[in-house]
Amino acid sequence: MTINKNSTVYTFGFSIVMVIVVGTSLAYTSLSLKDRQDANAADKKMMNILSAIGVEANRENAGELFADFVIERVSIDGSGRQVNTTVSPVNSKDKTDPFSIEVMKDYRAKIKSAVKAADGDALALQSALESSDLQFPLYRCSKDNEDLFVVPLVGSGLWGPIWGFVALKDDMKTIYGANFDHKTETPGLGAEIKEGFFTDKFRGKKLNTAGPLLFSVLKGGAVTDENSVDGITGGTITSKGVDEMINRTLAVYLRYFESESQTRAQK
Amino acid sequence: MSTENSPATSQKKESLFSKKNKKLLSDPLNDSNPITVQVLGICSALAITVQLQQAVIMSLSVLFVMIGGNVIVSLMRNMVPDRIRIIVQLVVVASLVIIVDEVLKAFQPDISEKLSVFVGLIITNCIIMGRLEAFALGNKPGPSFLDAIGNGMGYAWILLVVSIVREIFGSGAISLPGMGQVKFLPTSWFISEGGLYENNNLMILPPMALITVGIIIWIQRSRNQALIEEN
Repeated sequence: MTINKNSTVYTFGFSIVMVIVVGTSLAYTSLSLKDRQDANAADKKMMNILSAIGVEANRENAGELFADFVIERVSIDGSGRQVNTTVSPVNSKDKTDPFSIEVMKDYRAKIKSAVKAADGDALALQSALESSDLQFPLYRCSKDNEDLFVVPLVGSGLWGPIWGFVALKDDMKTIYGANFDHKTETPGLGAEIKEGFFTDKFRGKKLNTAGPLLFSVLKGGAVTDENSVDGITGGTITSKGVDEMINRTLAVYLRYFESESQTRAQK
Repeated sequence: MSTENSPATSQKKESLFSKKNKKLLSDPLNDSNPITVQVLGICSALAITVQLQQAVIMSLSVLFVMIGGNVIVSLMRNMVPDRIRIIVQLVVVASLVIIVDEVLKAFQPDISEKLSVFVGLIITNCIIMGRLEAFALGNKPGPSFLDAIGNGMGYAWILLVVSIVREIFGSGAISLPGMGQVKFLPTSWFISEGGLYENNNLMILPPMALITVGIIIWIQRSRNQALIEEN
């Protein structure tokens, strides 16, 4: 029997078989490599957290150093109440482990739209975050006998997501260190937020807990005080994104810090 | 059926390493080099040649996709309906690229991060689709395999030369996958440390890759006059 290769039936049949074969093989590849990829992503996350407290780790020793420096992992809800806390070794399979909270996913799914809806109204945003079931991870670290709190940040730059980690000192106001990264900001302009010259400026700055803004990334060589840093020239929107994600995220954590320092004072 | 097959079987079986097939391997390295002569796949050649290790991984990835794509399409050449042949080629290339991307993410996460979108863009590398359409669709798997190696190597050696030049003059170092970056100039030689030497930052920027490719084309054409087009 000769088959007419150009018949519609044959073309459809061929496409269907091709899609099934390709789909199966790709799904198999993806599933069999997933564990390794997840482990790599976890290592990278640990490296970033450690770099916020000034510890440079590589993929080989990230897990070890993380266990050494990070003494407690806490998750808090939108109104700053503690939900869960753990001191056990990181278990990325455990969904209640604060380490497994995917801040990037939460931001994309819920926070981004809440920010847009609030349109600069801090109170509206606050109540939106409170009523959501979101959880925020916090890493308590110990370095040189000093307690440090590492807070993950996620926000939007000009072209895509930006993220980073801010480490606060024991007084929960002074910034110990920060690092930022981005996906697709303009090289030489917005992309500079990940460079040392920018992140170094955050060191020793303080959060202005009296308000209205906790912290500002200012535009164009403005005079900076202890609650602000100079933004990146030519990267205005990326700088604004950094400003926005610091203020939005730290506002949530600050309420946790307040209750935490009250309990500490009582002790 | 037997009568249909007779012309093919009666043909004298051609050795895989006949003179004609050897040309499939050697031609793309020089006379019909995909980058310097056909000027295909230039984009990735400019973007990922800052460091040798990126270029090595990229070359291996492209080589793998080329060989896989050419052999698979060649095996399917008698089954593929004409009307959807480009889509079929695209699906073959795209799935191979996704496999490469996943494997890199699992085993070379740092390099995968640096190559970022360029692994995905192998799909759009004209060399691959070009060879599938022009060669694999009309030839047996054996020659197609050789053609893929030839073109893949033709792409690779340009990438390697460009990245070695750029990394030596731009970073004063050479890096290989698994070995990290080896700096061979003592830090005391640099101006910042009181020496007399400074890395050329222009080498790290994309324009210098284009100029380096240009110099390779210049050298190649001055040695091989047959490549020079007549006005």
